[in-house]
Amino acid sequence: MTEQAYEKYYVPDESPWPFVGAVALFLIAVGAGNFVIEVSKDKEGYGGWILTAGLLVLLVMLIGWFKDQIEESRTGLHSNQLGGSYRQGMSWFIFSEVMFFAAFFGALYYARTISIPWLGGASNNAMTNEVLWPTFEAAWPLISTPGGETTEAMGWYGLPLANTIILLLSSVTCHFAHVGLEQENRKKLTWMLGITILFGIVFLFLQVEEYIHAYTQMGLTLESGVYGSTFFMLTGFHGMHVTLGTIMLIVMFFRVLKGHFTPDNHFAFQATSWYWHFVDVVWVMLFFFVYIL
Amino acid sequence: MSTVAEHSHDDHDHHHHAPSGIKRWLYTTNHKDIGTLYLWFAFIMFLTGGAMAMVIRAELFQPGLQIVDPNFFNQMTTVHGLIMVFGAVMPAFTGLANWLVPMMIGAPDMALPRMNNWSFWILPFAFLILLSSLFLEGGGPNFGWTFYAPLSTTYSNDSTALFVFSVHIMGISSIMGAINVIVTIFNMRAPGMNWMKMPLFVWTWLITAFLLIAVMPVLAGVVTMLLTDKFFGTSFFDAAGGGDPVLFQHVFWFFGHPEVYIMILPAFGIISQIVPTFSRKPLFGYASMVYATASIALLSFVVWAHHMFTTGMPVATELFFMFATMLISVPTGVKVFNWVATMWRGSITFEIPMMFAIAFIVLFTLGGFSGLMLAITPVDFQYHDTYFVVAHFHYVLVTGAIFSIMAAVYYWLPKWTGKMFDITLAKWHFWCSLISVNLLFFPMHFVGLAGMPRRIPDYALQFADFNKWISIGGFAFGLSQLIFLALLIKACKKEGEPVSDRVWEGAEGLEWEQLPSPAPYHTFETPPVVK
Repeated sequence: MTEQAYEKYYVPDESPWPFVGAVALFLIAVGAGNFVIEVSKDKEGYGGWILTAGLLVLLVMLIGWFKDQIEESRTGLHSNQLGGSYRQGMSWFIFSEVMFFAAFFGALYYARTISIPWLGGASNNAMTNEVLWPTFEAAWPLISTPGGETTEAMGWYGLPLANTIILLLSSVTCHFAHVGLEQENRKKLTWMLGITILFGIVFLFLQVEEYIHAYTQMGLTLESGVYGSTFFMLTGFHGMHVTLGTIMLIVMFFRVLKGHFTPDNHFAFQATSWYWHFVDVVWVMLFFFVYIL
Repeated sequence: MSTVAEHSHDDHDHHHHAPSGIKRWLYTTNHKDIGTLYLWFAFIMFLTGGAMAMVIRAELFQPGLQIVDPNFFNQMTTVHGLIMVFGAVMPAFTGLANWLVPMMIGAPDMALPRMNNWSFWILPFAFLILLSSLFLEGGGPNFGWTFYAPLSTTYSNDSTALFVFSVHIMGISSIMGAINVIVTIFNMRAPGMNWMKMPLFVWTWLITAFLLIAVMPVLAGVVTMLLTDKFFGTSFFDAAGGGDPVLFQHVFWFFGHPEVYIMILPAFGIISQIVPTFSRKPLFGYASMVYATASIALLSFVVWAHHMFTTGMPVATELFFMFATMLISVPTGVKVFNWVATMWRGSITFEIPMMFAIAFIVLFTLGGFSGLMLAITPVDFQYHDTYFVVAHFHYVLVTGAIFSIMAAVYYWLPKWTGKMFDITLAKWHFWCSLISVNLLFFPMHFVGLAGMPRRIPDYALQFADFNKWISIGGFAFGLSQLIFLALLIKACKKEGEPVSDRVWEGAEGLEWEQLPSPAPYHTFETPPVVK
């Protein structure tokens, strides 16, 4: 590596977007904090409005920032080295997301293998059981809590199984969209991407159906003990990630229609597809540990 | 593609000078500007958190309740801890990484300059939320910086929701900052800058960044569980629903223990840069330093429950965490040995950064030894939640992390400003800090061993004398930092003698050998070739 063809690394000029983004997060945090207090206490307040304002500012920031970014990319300011920074950055971001889910999976395993058996008197905890809730018997899914809440367990067949198949198929179509892009087969790219988005939307629709069923028919809610807590928090955060992934895919779809991306310059597409595969893998883990086992 | 790229660079080559005005600081993408912002922010937070420590020490000056009510005392201990950890130490290290990593590896800037600015500007807002929650009805967070459930769920006030979201955005800031550092180091090294040629500050930050990305999301997870437990009726930490308050401690410390290494590994890097310079010898055992840092980082994931020896874990678990914790002293010992061996038979001079570095080595080691005592499960039952713990972590964080940050500022400040700082003031700062900090924290060992509990605004009469001296040490240490403030203001006004490019006689590395003092606004736009 001597003086040979060195592409200068693109360091952007000053940009207002990061600061706008910080303001957006400020409004979101203040708004969400107040909103949570107001909702749980049934109080009147401005929390919801501040939160909405924050989300709008965030939206404006994202559009502005990505617009600048796309223009820079399409005028060729980005070197391969910069592409490397983006790819590595995205990989580490996904790793951080993995760790976020790990915290909730950890809570699930702890509840199943430690706290519930101990409450039931396992190991040397006979007195815990005797003194606190003598009638409690350890079981998973925890359909009857020590405190006396009862619920039904969510089965894995039916909607969850259908959702698993849909999401796995969407990962396949997402992959073929990528292949289409690399082969410069725009038709394949557009169709496969469109089908992936459709799968994403169907998944979310079914997930909402499942939640409605759980709340109205089964009595399974956030408040029905640690089984309900882990069920809704894990599937809920996964659903939020699917929502985000679907929005990203939709943006990619419109960029494809505008003729963006070439076989050797399509970081945004690649990042979206990585994200989609990640969401898929998380679902497979969920399906095993939350639904089946 | 490269031809197009060549053309467009020319548009950017004209601005070698810093733009001016407020917009420069709000909109900047320059790693040096952002580094400066981080460092000043950290210093302001250090003084803010320090002021809270003064409130704590004033209340503890004598037994009985006299100055603040216990609820406010609890808020002070909580917010003092949160500010010092997330507002002072971590941003200061990130600021140093911003300034130094690109210059040390021959990169034109951080890998993702706009995201870099975003990571910074989130922080002032996050702390604005945290600090303003102190003025809400019912007060701010009062459950200790570790926010154990059920203190933070069943027994906390409404401001907990704001606390949770401010921690969320702090975490977002840290994760983005860490991604930036890690990508910069992986992707932006100048030709010839191999892994084993990287300065140790870069190595330690690389590993720190990995830890940050691995554990900050876990913190986000645990505060989210706390939020839903408190406000939406989930049962993660509620035994009546099948959860367990101890689960909170497991998840929190899975974040929390790597977090303490996040606050000390960059310090190891700084000391490993400074000691060789003023000993005029290459660092002893470079490779072993790298491996030791990596070992500490890996071990940090399997020691978390040593914070929880008294929670009623099974004996086998206690033993595992005791031995794993003690294992950490091996790589840490390698480091201390290497620093001492670097100084051995060197031509040592005692400039200000070296004085702080030597103080670090001695006092951090002291903090490490008390850590080793705490790691012993059976005796921890006596030490747990006493002032002995407070003494331990203040030795590793104040005379450890904070002293290393001060050493780093003194070491690189002339490179940043091009002028030598006021050495007389610096000496006053050093000696006042050194003496007062030991007066402040050393007697805490004794009162702790004798059983004085932490986080309580009152204490038994037998501890009165020691606490008076501790408080006097605390006030003196607080005042000493105003000397540092005066010195920094003078340095930013560019007062002082101009310095040479190398600044310190024995300094080695790209920033000393290839860049002028002060370092220009843009550096290494064409990468240097490292031999």
